[in-house]
This record gives sequence, C-alpha cells and structure tokens, in this order.
Amino acid sequence: MKYTIGIDLGSTTTKAVVLNEDSVVMGRGITNSRSNYEVACQVAMSEALINTRFSLLRNELKSEGLSEVELDRWVSELERRFRAEQYRSQLTVLTRELNRFAGRMLIGGAALRAAVGRITGLMAAEVEDLYAEGTRRKSDFFRDLAGGRYMKLAETESRGHGVGYDQVVGLFDKSILDVENSAEAAGRFKDHMAAAVCAAGAADGVLGQAVSRVASRELEQIGSVGTGYGRQRLPFPEGQIKSEILCHGLGAHAMFPLTRTVLDIGGQDTKAIQVDDQGIVTSFQMNDRCAAGCGRYLGYIADEMNLGLHELGPVACQSDSPVRINSTCTVFAGAELRERLSLGEKQEDILAGLHRAIILRAMSLIARSGGISNQFTFTGGVAKNPAAVRALRDLLTEHYGDLDINISDDSIYTGALGAALFALRDRRRSAGAPAIH
Amino acid sequence: MTRAPDLPALFDRADGLYRDYKLGAVRAWKARTGGLAIGYMPIYIPCELLHAQGVLPVGLMGARDDLEIIKGDAYYQSYICHIPRSTIELGLNGNIDCLDGLIFPAICDVIRNLSGIWQTLFPDKLVRYLDVPQNFSPDIGGRFYRHELETLCAEMAGRGARPYDPEALSASIALYNRLRRLVRDLYALRQEAPWKVPTSELYIMLRATLVLPVEEAIDLLEEYHACVEAADDRQPLDQARVLLTGSFCEQPPIGLIRTLERSGCYIVDDDFVQVHRWIKSDIPVEGDPLNNLVQAFLSDAIASSTRYIDQGVKGAELLDRVRISGAEGVLFCAPSFCDPALLDQPMMVRAVETTKTPWTAFKYSENTGQFQVIREQAGTFADSIKLWSEA
Amino acid sequence: MSKDQSQVRQKDMIARHFDRLAAAPDTGDKTAYTFVPGNLTELLLSFDLLPVLPEINSLQSAMRGKTAEYIALAEKFGHSEDVCTYVKSDIGMMKSGNIGPTGQRLPDPDVLLLSYTGCFTFLKWFELLREEYHCPVAMLHVPYQPDGRVTPSMRDYVVKQLRDEVIPTLERVSGRAYDEDRLKAHLALAAQAEDDLVWVLQSAKHRPSPIDAYFGAVYYVGPIFSAFRGTQAAVEYYRALRSEIDERIREGKGPVTPDGEMGQERFRVVVEGPPNWTSFRQFWKMFSDEGAVAVASTYTKVGGMYDLGFRHDPSRPLETLAEYCLGCYTNLGLPTRINLLAQYIKEYEADGFLINSVKSCNSFSAGQLHIMREVERISGRPGGFIESDLVDPRYFSAANIKNRLESYFQMLEQKRMGGAA
Repeated sequence: MKYTIGIDLGSTTTKAVVLNEDSVVMGRGITNSRSNYEVACQVAMSEALINTRFSLLRNELKSEGLSEVELDRWVSELERRFRAEQYRSQLTVLTRELNRFAGRMLIGGAALRAAVGRITGLMAAEVEDLYAEGTRRKSDFFRDLAGGRYMKLAETESRGHGVGYDQVVGLFDKSILDVENSAEAAGRFKDHMAAAVCAAGAADGVLGQAVSRVASRELEQIGSVGTGYGRQRLPFPEGQIKSEILCHGLGAHAMFPLTRTVLDIGGQDTKAIQVDDQGIVTSFQMNDRCAAGCGRYLGYIADEMNLGLHELGPVACQSDSPVRINSTCTVFAGAELRERLSLGEKQEDILAGLHRAIILRAMSLIARSGGISNQFTFTGGVAKNPAAVRALRDLLTEHYGDLDINISDDSIYTGALGAALFALRDRRRSAGAPAIH
Repeated sequence: MTRAPDLPALFDRADGLYRDYKLGAVRAWKARTGGLAIGYMPIYIPCELLHAQGVLPVGLMGARDDLEIIKGDAYYQSYICHIPRSTIELGLNGNIDCLDGLIFPAICDVIRNLSGIWQTLFPDKLVRYLDVPQNFSPDIGGRFYRHELETLCAEMAGRGARPYDPEALSASIALYNRLRRLVRDLYALRQEAPWKVPTSELYIMLRATLVLPVEEAIDLLEEYHACVEAADDRQPLDQARVLLTGSFCEQPPIGLIRTLERSGCYIVDDDFVQVHRWIKSDIPVEGDPLNNLVQAFLSDAIASSTRYIDQGVKGAELLDRVRISGAEGVLFCAPSFCDPALLDQPMMVRAVETTKTPWTAFKYSENTGQFQVIREQAGTFADSIKLWSEA
Repeated sequence: MSKDQSQVRQKDMIARHFDRLAAAPDTGDKTAYTFVPGNLTELLLSFDLLPVLPEINSLQSAMRGKTAEYIALAEKFGHSEDVCTYVKSDIGMMKSGNIGPTGQRLPDPDVLLLSYTGCFTFLKWFELLREEYHCPVAMLHVPYQPDGRVTPSMRDYVVKQLRDEVIPTLERVSGRAYDEDRLKAHLALAAQAEDDLVWVLQSAKHRPSPIDAYFGAVYYVGPIFSAFRGTQAAVEYYRALRSEIDERIREGKGPVTPDGEMGQERFRVVVEGPPNWTSFRQFWKMFSDEGAVAVASTYTKVGGMYDLGFRHDPSRPLETLAEYCLGCYTNLGLPTRINLLAQYIKEYEADGFLINSVKSCNSFSAGQLHIMREVERISGRPGGFIESDLVDPRYFSAANIKNRLESYFQMLEQKRMGGAA
C-alpha cells in the first residue's frame, strides 16, 4: 500500500496520520512530545502505521465476509491483546532500567532493588487484568498507565518496607525517559501481533491467515509533511514542512467540508483561522506572546487545584453559577484561585468561570481574524474539555446566533491530517495528477 | 432638618445610574426633550458649550468590571490599557446607540486613535477629536482652542442642535459654576471629615452626574451634601489620610476603592471624574463667554499629566494638594499601560519625596478582579503612616 | 565598490557629526535635543545649533545590544515597565554617562526643542529630560489631523508658535538673530534631497524591487530624518544613492541585505509600524529568507510624507515647516492611514501587508488591528500581524515571530496556487 503521512509535533503531544492514495485515513498515532522530538516523531509514526495495519486487517476480514459485529469483536479483541503485548514489552524495558539505576545507588541500593522487584513483579502480573475485556484505561500512554500504578505501589512500599518514597519515584522518572526513547515504545507489529493472535487462540483460522497477510504487506511511503509547534525540529527536508495554520485549515476542511472558521486551542497557543470552500486559509490570528488562555494555562490551574487535567472540565460542568473571572493571566492565576477559594467560592464555580474566561479570549481572537462564518469547527486538545465546549457553545449562541459547531472525536489529529493531505497533494502535483479538493 | 434617612435611596439611585450600561437616563431625556445627546471621553470637555445648544453631554468612563469584553479585545493588543476596549464593546453592542456623537479630547495617543476607529465604525455619528492646545498663551493656544470649540458648535448645529448663542452660553456657564462649586464643597467636606463622605460613595455620586442633565446633577449633589452633613451616625475611625493620584482616565473598579477604604485609608483627595474639577474656580459670566471658557482652560485648569507643564515645576501642584488636603501619604494608582500617568510618575514621586511624604504605587485596570495584593499593600501603608504619626 | 559608496558616505557624515558633538564642550558649539517626526533641522542649522536625536540614540543603542541594561536602569529609577522603551533606553543611557552610538560622550543639551508631532510621549520625554538638564525648552505643539487635512487654524497655530516662541527661544540660546535667508537656503537644499529620496523609495515599484523599502530604507531615510536635512552633504548623499539604485534597476537586481544580495523576489509586501531594533538583522532575515521584499512602508514616513508630494518650500519658510510637521505619518488620522496603506498595496502591486505592532508606541499601535481589517477589506489583500518592541529585547520572541511570518508567507503561496489550480 502506498501512503502519505502527516506529523504534527505539538508542545504536549505528537500526532501522526496515515492516508492512502484515495485520501482515506488509514491510521493515527499519538504520543507525548517529551524532550526528544525525533523520538516522539518516530513513536507517533509507528503507532500510526500499526494502526494502519489494523485498518488493513479490518478490510481483509471484511472481504472474507465477516459481519460488522464479528469484525468489531475480533478486531477489538486483537487490538486489546496487542496493546497488552506492547505494554508488557515496555514494562520489560522499564524493569531493566529501574534495576540499572537502582544498581548505581551507593547506599540502600539493595533495598531499592528489592522494592523495584516487588513493584514491577506486581505490575507484570496485572497486565492481563489491565487489558481484560471491558476494562477502562485512563490513558493510552504507557507513561500514564504504568506511572499511575507504579506511584500507588511505591506508596505501599515506602510504608511497608522503609524505602524512601521519593527515591522510588525518582527512579521511575529517570527510567521512563529511556523507555520512551526505546524501540519498544514504537511497538513491533509482527511480534506483538503474533503473540496477540496466539493469545486469542486464533493462529490457524481465518483471522490468523488475514493477520499474516497484513503483516507481510509492504507499506510504501510516497510523501510526508511535518507541522506543528516543533516542526523546525522534525527530520524533514524544508519543502516538507508546513505551517500548522495551513495544516489545521486543510485538516478541518477535510473533516467538515463546510467549515469556514476554525478555532484551535492547543497547549502552547490559540489559533483562529478562516478558510475558503477549498480549505485554503484566507486569514488567521494567533494569541500574542503571552500564553494566557491556552492549554498550558489549564494545566497550571489543574496543578493549583490538585486535579488531573482531564478532571477540570467535568468538575467545571457541575457548576450552575460560574463566577466572573476577568484575568486569564497565568502569573496571577494561582493567587486569584486561592483568594476565591478562601472567600468560600465553590471549586466548580471558579473552574467554570475560568473556562469561560479562556473561551472569551479565544472569541476575541476569532473576531480579530475576521469574525465567524458558518460552519464553525473547534479543534485542539482543549476541544476535548467539556466545560470549554459548553462555554464556547454558550458564547457563540449569545453573540452569533445559531451556528453549526463541529467537534470531531479525532480533532486532536486535525493538523496531522492536513499535513498528510498536503503531502498527498504535493505528490499528485509532482506526478501531474489534479490536486485534491 | 434631618435628611439622613434619604441617603440609602439616594445612593441606590446614583448607583443605578452608574451601573446602567444602556444609559436609560439619557434615553429618557431624549424621549422627553427630543434633544441630541453627545458623549465625551475623559478627562474634560467644556460641557457648557453643549448645554447651551440644548445638547446633553454624557460622560463615558469605560465599563466598570462586569462587562464581558469580546469585540473590544479584538481591537487591542495586550499591552494597551482597558478603557478603549470597553468603549468599543459598548459601542458595538448598541449599548450607547442613544448617543448622537462622541467627543474625544486630546489626552493621549490611545484615545486619539480610538477617535479614528470610531469614525470608521460609526460613520453616521458626530465624531470629534477635540484637540486642545499645549501652548497656553491666549494669542496662540487660545486662538487655536477657540477655533476648535467654534468648529464643534457648528458641527452640533449642523446636526440639529440650537445654534451657538452667547447669552445661552453665559447662562450655562453659571449653571456649571454651581455644579463645580458643589463638587469642590464636597471635596472640602471630605477633607474635613472623611468619615462622613466615604470616597466609594462620593465617587458613585460623581459618576451619576455624568449621565444627568446639569440641573438634575446639581439637585443630586445638593441632596447628597445635605445628607452627609447630617449623617451624625458616621463616626471617625483611626485611618490614614491619603491622596490618590493617577486615576484620571480609566477608572478603577469600585471594589478597589472600597478595598482601599477597608484597609485603613481615608482618601482625602483623588483624580477620579475630573470633568467638574478641571477648571479650578468659577468661570466669569460677564463678557464673551466663549473667551471665558478658553481663558479658563488656559490659565485656571488643573496640572493634569495630560498637559504640558510650561511655566512652573512638575509636581508643584501635587504638593499643594497634599498640603491642602492634609494627606499623610500618596497613593500612585494608575491604570496599567496609561502613558500620561506612568510617564509622569517618576517626576511626581521625586516631588513627593522632597517633602518626605510617604508614598506607594500600584496599577489596576477597570476590570481588575482581585484586590488581595492591593489590600495588603494599602493596609501596610496605612499602618506605617499611623505608626509614623504616633512616633 | 560603487554600490557601497552611499553607505560609506553616510557613515562618514554620522562620524563627523558625532565628532563635532563630542567636541562641543570645547568648541562652544551649542546643541539642541529634538525628535525625528516634525524635526526643524533647517531652523536649528540656521542658528548653528547641532541636533541630537534621542530616538536615534535609542535605536542605535539597541543595535549595539545596550538597551536591556539601559532599560533596566531606568526601571530601577522608577520608570514603569509599561511605558515606551525609547524613553527608558535614553534615560538609562544618560544615567550611564551619555555615551552615544560612536562611543563618544554626548554633550548636555543647551535647549530641548520639543516639537510634539504625532506622539504624546514626546511631551513627557522632554519633561523628564528637563528635570535632568534644567535647560530651556522650546515647545512646539503640532495639532493632530483627525480628518485628513490641514486647516488654516492648525497651520496658523504652528506658525505663530514658531515665530513667537520657538524662534525667540532659539535666538536666546544660540545668541544669534533669526536669519530667514539662511533658513531659506537650507530649505532649498532640503527640497533637493527630498526629490531624490522619493525617487529611491518609489523605485520599489519595479519588479524585482531594487530596494527593500522597510529594512533597507531605514538606512536611506537616516540622513534626512536626522541631523542632515537641509545640508549639502545630504543632497550629495541622496544623489549618490539614487544613481546606485538606478544601476541596480538597469541590472535587474533585487535588494542588498546584510547577508548579501537577496535571492528571487517571491513576495511583495507593504509594512506598517516601526521595526524591532534589538534583533534587526534577524528580523530582516526572516523576510529575505522567504524571498519577501518590502515594497513600501509607513515607518519610513514618520519623518515626513514626501512621497505624497510635500516638499519644503523656501518661499514660505515658516508655513512650510508648519505643513511639514503637520504632515508626518503618525500625525494622520486612522482613516487616512488606512487609505494610505491600501493605496501603497495597489501602487506597489503588493501581495499583502504586514503589521509589526510594537509595544512601546501607542501612536502607531493603538488601532492597528482595526487598520488591518480595514486595509484587508479595501485592498482585498491579506494582512499579517506580528508583535514586538522597539528596543526592549524582552519583547522580541524570535520563534513566535518566525512562526507567524512563515505561516503568513505560506498562506500567500497557497492562495496563489489555489488561485491557479
């Protein structure tokens, strides 16, 4: 299969999207951006390619005449088992690294190694349950999943065995970087899939055969474009780097062809983009040098409130009387929060006010970029936050009346999708084929 | 005569006028009289001129802290003060569409450029950038200013206002002299007995006068004066007497003024709502009234930061005010990004330091939402003044 | 090399001027500090007063990497972080010994010529300096043009101030009587140089443009915006510059950048707002790397709107000075600025326009977002918006600005391709 890939290297996460020659999305991959952009890029790419092979597998099985219900069941079981294998192999690396770092300790190394041994032993034993059918995982990232469990177990260890909690945690912080930078993080389709098929007891049947056909399919990259905040650091030639503004515009157009105004709130910046009926950007505005009102600001608020970033929105949604907050200045946010809490204002009301303040800033940016034309598409990490979405809907309705507001579950991939489309378009142009519309 | 029981009702009325973004009082006046209403930005315009032609002057001073700014922020970068944002928000929301025009006196580049934005946003309204002279010689600056005022008169008449009439202007000057005197008296009373005239209350009264016809503004302030003079239940507290300066254009939220009072300060002089204090004494009603207005501007106006101080020493007037008001300390309280106030501040600080008067400084914007830092700062300042005066 | 001749000449002019300034305490030459917009150089020259331009000192300090230190010093002395960094840089420089751009000490002013044109901060700036130097101030208030025209009342007001206040003050300070014939002679020289400057700026109408009318033109306007308007040296400088540019046109060459000849002209843009001086070369490179050439700019009009036809007219010396002051770019109302930008886009066949919005300068910046939308509406060309500062390095975020510029130029490219497809 020939494919193009688009990579969006954001400040928080790196996303990759794989397109086949018919502009159909075949695979998506996402990972933490971490400090090593090149590795993040590799991981996202191979995730997207693994995901692509799952799509191919679906297509194979479909042509075998499987019903949708069967398809879903089979593929999701395989995927679950595949992820468990992937997790296991990363856990192996983690265990090795933890031991290596513990071994370097001059004092207390033995106790630490013993503790690490008990923790990782327990974690290894839990993999089956973690990926059992119907289990909800709070994240797809190994760092979050393994980290959360590790911290819990480290607490028990520090209580029961007299090992310093900080020491145990410190080991994890060092080791996880190596795990994320290892080849295991990228995943190995063939090996993990083989194990998954075995575990599912389906090696010899239709499924096994389809898997081995898909595993041996050659995937040929015919184009790639990189974008995003860190795009200059991507291992792409200059001509294959595109501004995230253009990629977001085209990506949003591809998802919702009637889109005319796009709002993207990411970790580091906020963008308001106007596109024409071809997805071509006609004007744009970005937030000024101050990062107030971006995803980072929410992260800061979450830290101040001792909440997870993903908990902010749901908590804020419980409010029925949001407080008025005028400043989204990150510098003053902490003081303002503490003052309001000390005045007895409810956490959910403050949070709801903060979300509204963020969206207010975004609304100004949209106005700067030329206003709002139907349809309106909201993308970026903050589009996953229900309180931000609610505030946006309220404010749009108040100021612009009834609008079609598009929010895709895959909105985080908008920039990468646009990049992959640009790659395909460049390919077609150089091959003399008409440009895609 | 006891008027004290009326005070809460009076305050509520003023507060309602202060809070009414839609300028209900102005709309009612227009419906009643059929006259034109023309707004003006801070700090000062000669309201007499409008009044004499049957026009209602309406003072706009931003939009407090409870208006959500969306459209306004689309016009301004983060490093520009807040008042033009809220003014644009009010304009584009239709809140002040009852105004037939808006006058932008020359006080700074931001207000100046706002006049240009207004020209394109509201092409059907009277939009006048009122340039004022920075030369104070009658033959030079005076002549120029007179011409500016005559142009304004003609423009108003062109929109249906009564034509310029010197007799009417003299009568208007007399009325405004009364209003100015009332404001001066209230400021004097506050200096004498600040516990009787809390600044947070006086401030609301002054803001209310901005949307009322001068006759009603006079009634309001007379009534208020009578109320506070009779308010024997208001007893002095051990508070520090401070002069607040720098807040002449964008106004602080009322919460900030209250915060200062609660943290132990009696504000005994300030720069709020200066329109009725810009001219320091009565303007003569004899002779050519337009000349009298011009001459008052040239030779009897306050030493605002927006004026070039030609003769005399920067800060001299501030020191006079400190002395006359008996202030024990100075609060430099300017809006963020306010060029005139902030560029002046080092010179003013230096002047204040020559008399060893304690001072402190902080910034705000009209929608500042938290006062914790200011409360602590002002509280510490007030405490230190009290300790100082006891020592 | 002939192409550098004008630059060598300019350097030489500046060096000689600063030598004279440095020697002033010994020679008894008297100095006037004054500003670029609405400068009265011919008048000063007619009194043998040497001009010193604090704005230019500030931008030179920035290019020499000194302003972070100067601004910090001024802030230590109580100046707010919110206000104009030209002022703070100047005050910091003064407090650090007043060493000018050539490394020589600048003399204290004998007079502050406060010609207050287009920017309110000038007034405050010299109030601040007056407190330091305790010297006379000659104040010239130039009214604003809100409606895009100079009225007789405005002109009379300025002429009267010149005649009754500015000239008597300069007479007192210089010890010389006002000599109108001398003034007229300088004005005639000014008009000659202005002709050639306009020719140079309008050469950008060629394709490819032989000049960069923003970054490059900053150097071209140097002599006429500073101490040299109305001198023979300036006349010769502009004549030489004109013949160099003429040669470039004949050879079909584009602009020269600090990194050499620019590559192919890919985008023609009009620029509004002053440049950033702390990262001037880096900023320019962000344009030239993309093949973007500024074909017209408004910043090069802050010292006079010559391309709209104004010339100093020796037959009406004070009136012409008044009209000059009234006509400087930042003294024009927003509707006039909007129309001017749209006109530039049309006349210079620009693909779009960029606004560099500087934190320091409210005169320029307040309203620029409105200007952007209006110019887009009138011209049909897309505007780009970047934010930085004049001389405060804290407000130049290279990654941020580069990101915006790249996005903007890619948008222009995509529009072009989209239009062709």
